[in-house]
Amino acid sequence: MPAGNKGPAIDFDKFRPSRSFVAARKRKDMAMRVLIVLAFVVALVPLISVLWTTIVNGVKRLNLNFLSYNMAGVVGGNQTSSGGYGGVLHAIIGTLEITLGAMVISIPIGIMCAVYLVEYANRSKLSHTITLLVDVMSGIPSIVAGLFAFSMFALIGGPGTINGFEGSVALSLLMIPTVVKSSEEMLKIVPADLREASYALGVTKQRTITKIVLRTALPGIVSGSILAIARVIGETAPLLMTAGYTASTNVNLFSGQMTTLPVYVYQEYSKLNANCPPHADATCVTTIPMERAWAAALVLILVVLVLNLIGRLVAKVFAVKTER
Amino acid sequence: MSSHSTTAALTQPAGGKRADKTFKAVAYACGILILVVLAAVALFLLFRALPLITGDQAANSETISNFTGGKSTNFWQYVGPLLFGTVLVSALALIVAFFVSIGIALFISHYAPRKLATALSYVVDLLAAIPSVIYGLWGGLVLVPAIFPFWNWVAEYLGWIPIFAGPASNPPRTVATVAVVLAVMILPIITSMSRDIFQQTPRLQEEAALALGATKWEMIKLAVLPFGKSGVVSASMLGLGRALGETMAVLMILSPGMTYSFKLLQASQSQTIAANIAAQYPEANDLGVSVLIGTGLVLFVITFVVNYIARKITEKATA
Repeated sequence: MPAGNKGPAIDFDKFRPSRSFVAARKRKDMAMRVLIVLAFVVALVPLISVLWTTIVNGVKRLNLNFLSYNMAGVVGGNQTSSGGYGGVLHAIIGTLEITLGAMVISIPIGIMCAVYLVEYANRSKLSHTITLLVDVMSGIPSIVAGLFAFSMFALIGGPGTINGFEGSVALSLLMIPTVVKSSEEMLKIVPADLREASYALGVTKQRTITKIVLRTALPGIVSGSILAIARVIGETAPLLMTAGYTASTNVNLFSGQMTTLPVYVYQEYSKLNANCPPHADATCVTTIPMERAWAAALVLILVVLVLNLIGRLVAKVFAVKTER
Repeated sequence: MSSHSTTAALTQPAGGKRADKTFKAVAYACGILILVVLAAVALFLLFRALPLITGDQAANSETISNFTGGKSTNFWQYVGPLLFGTVLVSALALIVAFFVSIGIALFISHYAPRKLATALSYVVDLLAAIPSVIYGLWGGLVLVPAIFPFWNWVAEYLGWIPIFAGPASNPPRTVATVAVVLAVMILPIITSMSRDIFQQTPRLQEEAALALGATKWEMIKLAVLPFGKSGVVSASMLGLGRALGETMAVLMILSPGMTYSFKLLQASQSQTIAANIAAQYPEANDLGVSVLIGTGLVLFVITFVVNYIARKITEKATA
């Protein structure tokens, strides 16, 4: 043994983990694994419960009559002359029109804002602020959006103005940030080669953007917009104060109160029970408001889920082919 | 295009300068519109809430005492308990949702097999897509009767902790039940953001930890959690922001009250700003609407600050 290589003798046994220590570590690992799986199961319970109860309670009253009549002429728990118990036709029309109004406002603005951020901004200070504020805007409470639309229309159209378009304005406030975010993501992944090839051919910036960039990103933008619609179509609170509630069908977006599906669900829920005359026959149902609420909730959930599905399918099927 | 003759098409620039300029102007306008809209929200609310400050103070205090049944006459006295209720419910919801969402996010990113993980991500997104009014309906008609035995048990055996002081109200239209529903609603937000950040953990760090003999949990503690810390914090803030502004679920479940009380299991203790606006609004007169809009402005400022902080944290983490 060479003399220079005499290091201190290390007692490696000192570092050997004791058996109980290893076991404790393994136990902890197992415990965390169980907890994590448990967390997942816990989260599944409410989801399944929500879907299950909505479907089970909803199908009871969900039929053609429910979908093709409004609430006009519905008295207490009595059957209407059409043989049903009132329906959601007016709410479906209201939801479609108000959401369409919100789309018309927010999708062009949202896309153009994304175009500004991606194509024109060049990381300027202004664009930085706008990006941050779009993020912040997506967190605005929906009821504040409702209050905003309400106060704005009270100034323009006199106090107490309530119409469907007011609801559209409130919803578009919630929808714009979602559209901007998703469109921005989509525009960002359009390959720069495409833009440069277009510029090299002498095409102006506007034409490059509309004919090349937006066209390439179209599927992503469409899917993002559909998901944004799915988000606002279930909004209740802002519509409660801007679009109001009515029992009959109103097809005019710009005047008069308008019912939407979520508001309908809430209104039926808050009715609790319907009155029946003392000697009513079996066709008079006292629990009909809750049953109507569940049925309308089922319609709403179906609409939202179908929209989500379409949005995801569009994104998947027509996805932009980037360079891997 | 085909209508142009060949020479004209070659000498004239395609498209034209005017269209180019207009398009640029429109894009800039839409970008700036975001700033204008946010400013407009604040200004319109401020304008409508102005009578609170400049208007007849006697009429103001009368309106407020009408709202509260004579308990308070001052705007800050009115908004105080509401603010307390809002923060209490949201904070509880965040506490409940936080650990569960981190668990789910870790399960999806590190425990579940690849195929199952994609399916699970969809399930979480599905939770986010369900409208709040349906959560309210479910909470009011299904959860409220179902959860009473549990709260009763809590009140009986954990009643010595002041916040769980019994007797538990039946039906439990209480802060605790609302917090559970709100937790379910903000769960998907926190989960999807945390999952994204956990999946970005550098592979080498994970493998280095495992190579040193760490168990899976130790690897997560050493590599994944420190990496995702700021992302998780910002996700929680966003979830908190969502819970603060949630209206329908609270409105449909909570039995309102106007106190500074931590008794989670008793009804008629607290109310949130958003639900209070929706509840009082239909019967409010002009001045009453001003008072409600004033409370809405307070809510707007709070959510704005919470969201702003959350985004600043994300920005710092990604920069």
